[in-house]
Amino acid sequence: MIELAIGIILGGCALGAGCAMIAGIGPGIGEGNAVASACEAIGRQPESKSDVTSTMLFGCAIAETTGIYALVIAILLIFVAPGRFVNILTEGIKAAKESGLI
Amino acid sequence: MRATKRKFDFLDIILILGMILPLVAAIMLKVLFTPETHGVSITGALIFWQTDTPIGKLMITESIVNSWAIVMLISCLAVFLTRKLSVKNPSTRQAFAEWIVYHCEKLVGGNMREEFANYGPFIAAILSLSAFSSLSSLLGLHSPTSNINIVAAWASLVFVLITYYKLKLGPIYYIKGFAEPVVILFPINVISEFATPVSMTFRHYGNILSGSIIGTLIAYALGLLSNKIFGFLPGLLGDIPYLRVGLPAILSLYFDVFSACMQAFIFAMLTMSNVSGALPEGYIPKIRKKHRAKQQIVN
Repeated sequence: MIELAIGIILGGCALGAGCAMIAGIGPGIGEGNAVASACEAIGRQPESKSDVTSTMLFGCAIAETTGIYALVIAILLIFVAPGRFVNILTEGIKAAKESGLI
Repeated sequence: MRATKRKFDFLDIILILGMILPLVAAIMLKVLFTPETHGVSITGALIFWQTDTPIGKLMITESIVNSWAIVMLISCLAVFLTRKLSVKNPSTRQAFAEWIVYHCEKLVGGNMREEFANYGPFIAAILSLSAFSSLSSLLGLHSPTSNINIVAAWASLVFVLITYYKLKLGPIYYIKGFAEPVVILFPINVISEFATPVSMTFRHYGNILSGSIIGTLIAYALGLLSNKIFGFLPGLLGDIPYLRVGLPAILSLYFDVFSACMQAFIFAMLTMSNVSGALPEGYIPKIRKKHRAKQQIVN
């Protein structure tokens, strides 16, 4: 029975990590727009290339933030959460056995 | 005619050693404490030493050791660059130090208001600490910025500065600032006040951590792939992961070098804009008033 519970925990964590990474769509579209506009601006005014490029990189890095949040959550769900949850489960079962509930 | 002078003296050599030795010591510690594992494993920072205190566990981890090594490196570099300054006969070192100072002042002058003209050293410290910490992963060290606690400490420093400048016009003005434009928005404004350091922390730490994890995963995958392709070779020749040589370095160029410098720059830029924006518009510093009065008397 406990194997099934651990399997559900691992599966839930993996599904959650996958769902969290849907947030990668937003920054992708946003950064694409930013780079497209920067290319247009450079095409119109090639002499301002360095300014436009540095501003674009800064903006891209800010726009990336939400994607990074999702990535952090996914990483935590894959590498940290399963161990924690399995620990909680095993400790709970141990406590229940000691108190005679099971 | 340029006077002949010795380029390096004893203290210079000590300073250069002070730059290199902490990093070597950190690498040695890592090598000594890494448990024997087979294959690639993704773990957090190593724990060198820990003890129980009444508050909780006190741990000396790899991140702390590495960040102190970086602090030593930067301090020794700063002292090394600014030795033997002279007006008439500047050395290459001095020219480099002046170049750094000039560009930091330019950066601060371009992005902060004129009240913050003396913020050059602080911004330079944050910039160099962040950049060197992230770049230390090139040496195989666990970079301190991939630990959330260290970046959170820097961000909370920025939060303290922001609050200090917002309190300049008194606590009543500070609290009233939250109730703008409507009183109902008070809780949301309080949350957004705390969101600034949190978002700075997560942005920096997430980028560096994800870079290192993706690099490790790709190295692992390339090892498996080369086992599948070159596994038919006899004996030891088949065990060598050929594909792992060189290929991860291309990704490392983006994740370790470009991303590290970019995130350091962004952290400094956000610090500048947040601290600069925290000072209320109508505020006139008292020191400047005194200064002006003095100048008028002199005139």
